[in-house]
Amino acid sequence: MNAGFSEERPIFIQLAEQLEDAILSGVYPEETQVPSITEYSVAYKINPATALKGINLLVDAGLLYKKRGVGMFVARGAREQLAKRRQEGFYRDYVLPLTREAQRLCLNRAELENLIERGWIEHED
Amino acid sequence: MKIELQNISKHFGSTIALDQISLTLEENRIYGLLGNNGAGKSTLLNIITNRIYPTEGQVLADGEAIFENDLALGQIFLMGEQNFYPEDMRVNKAFRAAEIFYPHFDMEKAMELSRQFGLNTQKKISNLSTGYASIFRLVLALSVNTPVLLLDEPVLGLDAPHRDLFYRLLLEKYAESPCTILLSTHIIQEVANLLEHVLILHNGKLLKDLPVEELLRGAYTVSGPAALVDQYLLGKKPLSLQSVGGLKSATLQQNDGLPKPVEGLHIAPASLQEYFISLVQEEEN
Repeated sequence: MNAGFSEERPIFIQLAEQLEDAILSGVYPEETQVPSITEYSVAYKINPATALKGINLLVDAGLLYKKRGVGMFVARGAREQLAKRRQEGFYRDYVLPLTREAQRLCLNRAELENLIERGWIEHED
Repeated sequence: MKIELQNISKHFGSTIALDQISLTLEENRIYGLLGNNGAGKSTLLNIITNRIYPTEGQVLADGEAIFENDLALGQIFLMGEQNFYPEDMRVNKAFRAAEIFYPHFDMEKAMELSRQFGLNTQKKISNLSTGYASIFRLVLALSVNTPVLLLDEPVLGLDAPHRDLFYRLLLEKYAESPCTILLSTHIIQEVANLLEHVLILHNGKLLKDLPVEELLRGAYTVSGPAALVDQYLLGKKPLSLQSVGGLKSATLQQNDGLPKPVEGLHIAPASLQEYFISLVQEEEN
């Protein structure tokens, strides 16, 4: 397994984001256990202190909680909390770049709306 | 176990191999010792293990001098570039010899690691290829279970899958039974993420002694069209410059995070390797 970390941002932040993605897409359902610090450290070849720092970001945000002697679990409501947080950034991170690129490619408004409709249908099933 | 170097110097005739090195290896952390060939890395490791004596200064293990201190030295394992076993000894016999010197040597683990690396333990040490001679010493290092592990160019001659396996096994070992690890290497990119703390040695001097994160917060690279980069660099002193065709990139020092974005330029944190090269280049000038 290779996490494919980029050098652009600190690794603990990228690890936290990957774990968030996994929770959001249901890889780790609520109340299930996530991999341990050691598992992350070995799988991604990173210092355990770095892995701990990444996981702690999610613990601090209330997305993960610790069961003493057992490990780390996904908190109830974590998925909803994450979705809500990401929805706020959706306009800025996706919609604005999308419309900017569409204008650069000389797509008009109706054409862009058509494409969105097409993408929506493709992913519905 | 904590290791302290106090004002260590080593002279070979008129050559100063190490110049007043003071540093501390805190218990159970992973350190990287980075430096070019000839920087003094191996000399430093040989001094820590009392294989050679410093011209000045002393080494302490948990506060006690290591000089002629067999008890302390038995707790420090150095995987060096040399092999200290008789050449015609078989690998499994060498493991048994290690068991005598290192009471916590784990024979079962040594055999299991040999299997994972594909090391034939029936072979004579002298008949091992360069890569497998390295692997033999790595297996020893991963099985001795000493509180301090010094690894001098551990992946020399290893192919990519074996290097990858080694990094994972090292982290696994560190998780199972934490110890103080010092990894000396000039292959920086691969080990950068494993390290917690970095020591940079250059021409016998200790240039940096910092946590990796802090070190990397101290530098960034700017790249883009040469004219724009030149304009950006006005009044600034880059650590290093590179140009290819009409593109240019510069590494700069900065102490508080990334600077503001500039239209047309790519600004990103420097990698450990970029930072290291820049630092050494600046030092040479």
